[in-house]
Amino acid sequence: MNTVILEQTLNGIQFGLMLFLLAAGLTLVFGIMDLVNLSHGSLYMIGAYLIATFTQALDSFWLGMLLGIGVTACVGVLLEMTILRQLYKRDHLSQVLGTFAIILIANESVRILWGPQPLTFNPPASLAGPVELFPGFEYPAYRLAIMAVGALVAAALYVLISKTRIGMKVRAGAADREMAEAMGAKVSWMFSGLFACGAALCALAGGMLGPLLAVQVGMGESILILAFVVVVIGGIGSVRGAFVGSLLVGMIDTLGRAVIPSLFSGFGPEVASSVAPALAAILIYLLMAAILFWKPKGLFPVGA
Amino acid sequence: MQAASILAATPTATPLRSVSGATSHSLSAAVTLPILLGLLLLPIAAHFYGQEYFLSPVTRVLIYAVAASSLNLILGFGGMVSFGHAAFMGVGAYAAAALMMNQVTSLWIALPVAMGLGAVVSAVIGLISLRAHGVYFIMITLAFAQMLYYVAISLKFLGGEDGLSLSARGSMWPVLEPLDDTALYYVAVLMLASVVVFIQRLVNANFGHVLEAIRINETRVASLGVNTFRHKLIAFMVAGALAGVSGALLAHQSGFVSPSLMHWTQSGVLMVMVILGGAGHLYGGIIGAIIYGVLEESLSGYTEHWQLALGVVLLVAVLVAPQGISRLILKRTPK
Repeated sequence: MNTVILEQTLNGIQFGLMLFLLAAGLTLVFGIMDLVNLSHGSLYMIGAYLIATFTQALDSFWLGMLLGIGVTACVGVLLEMTILRQLYKRDHLSQVLGTFAIILIANESVRILWGPQPLTFNPPASLAGPVELFPGFEYPAYRLAIMAVGALVAAALYVLISKTRIGMKVRAGAADREMAEAMGAKVSWMFSGLFACGAALCALAGGMLGPLLAVQVGMGESILILAFVVVVIGGIGSVRGAFVGSLLVGMIDTLGRAVIPSLFSGFGPEVASSVAPALAAILIYLLMAAILFWKPKGLFPVGA
Repeated sequence: MQAASILAATPTATPLRSVSGATSHSLSAAVTLPILLGLLLLPIAAHFYGQEYFLSPVTRVLIYAVAASSLNLILGFGGMVSFGHAAFMGVGAYAAAALMMNQVTSLWIALPVAMGLGAVVSAVIGLISLRAHGVYFIMITLAFAQMLYYVAISLKFLGGEDGLSLSARGSMWPVLEPLDDTALYYVAVLMLASVVVFIQRLVNANFGHVLEAIRINETRVASLGVNTFRHKLIAFMVAGALAGVSGALLAHQSGFVSPSLMHWTQSGVLMVMVILGGAGHLYGGIIGAIIYGVLEESLSGYTEHWQLALGVVLLVAVLVAPQGISRLILKRTPK
């Protein structure tokens, strides 16, 4: 039982770190541009498809990853410059409608280009096996690699945002856009850069999770909702909030699905098979409702 | 009693009216009556030309127009961007299905039950989520809708993930029993007509003016001594109740309920209808539902990738008609 919980905790951290890659870009765009970008998950899907394709074509996971991330970043910038830029100054309703339309377009385009069947691709052979973390406990090497990549990127983002001049401007924009603009921060070119970064992070998450999950149309939507939950729990515009929120949501979601069914097994198989999965699925939404009830602006409110 | 006093109140010369700056939302007879007449005659024309298959999709559009109009009440007039409205539709649909499982086929029972259940569920959700504002409100309503979605998946006795087929069409004495496509169509027309009249009365009453004033500046309205939370909650409940009715109708129309009715993309579609049609315009929900329905029907006839075309059309609409199609067609100046 203990090893199960340990394994699921690691899985939760790993999922949380990947979630953070999406939530970080989402929260910055949200915080700075006040843009409700429902199409953020589409970049995750596009990234996963591109990386799967490049990996198969080049027969190299890491090359495919690099190329896929680059192309997705370009797609992100293109999207920002052509469509999303027009939506910045519009109300949330127009943004919801516009980015919802982009979801439809992205999903169908992917279906046309790659077909309706899910893609599968393998992690690099060197990471295929399990690693013995301590006697009697083995854990897949690939999942450890995901955690390492996630932690590295999170650390790099932390340094970029809290220690550099660019990061300072980004934070200023998130806290008070008009003031930052008045103080001379060139906000407009920053957004394209932000979008390139956000799209690249989406692609990274999609590519790393791709071998574990099926790469399929609509994969962006379910994770998008989780990323929004993370952003709202953490506080809009706060990268630190997104980090804490991601780990919280990743762990609670993963642990809930693993542990709750066994907790309910005492009530008989009927209850365990119907109540437990429902409870596990709604756990993070309960968490979000509870957090917003006590802290209506999230755990780490920005610019308050 | 609350509703009666709301409807009886004269909308003229209230201080809030000038605060909101709202134009009156009129049901201009010149527009409404020909449309209503056309809708009433449509089945006869369909029978004459032998095109009855036509009625089923039109009925669906009318039912969605009811749901979209109810969402428009809170979203367009009240400024409450609820991202979980499909949940109330789903609650109504499941209520109808559960009644049908227990051999209760009468819509005279199913519709009020769905309405009541929609009101109760939206009251509970509204009590908690209306404390939040802006994007937080959007997300918390979404969270509750997702919870109901997963609850529906886990309800094994109602079909769980696979959904449930209704054993029969509903009946409605003294109309034909069980309702055939034409009778159900007329039920939907009547329902939509009553909902539009009801919403028109509501938004032109004091209650509606307060609601629009809250959308424009809630703090100012609250400082006038108005209990804004109670107004928003009542509007949220009314919208939930109407969405519940539309869900029950939809269940009887399609003969099938499943959790996908409550999926967040369904809430997204309802929002798209309202925004496309014109949020805060009396006909916004209807026009949006019609355009969406027509696009869906016609595009899916041309290509299996109709969602791509739909996306492009929506994108163009949002860039070209930011105030919604209603204002483009009906030339109402935006407020």
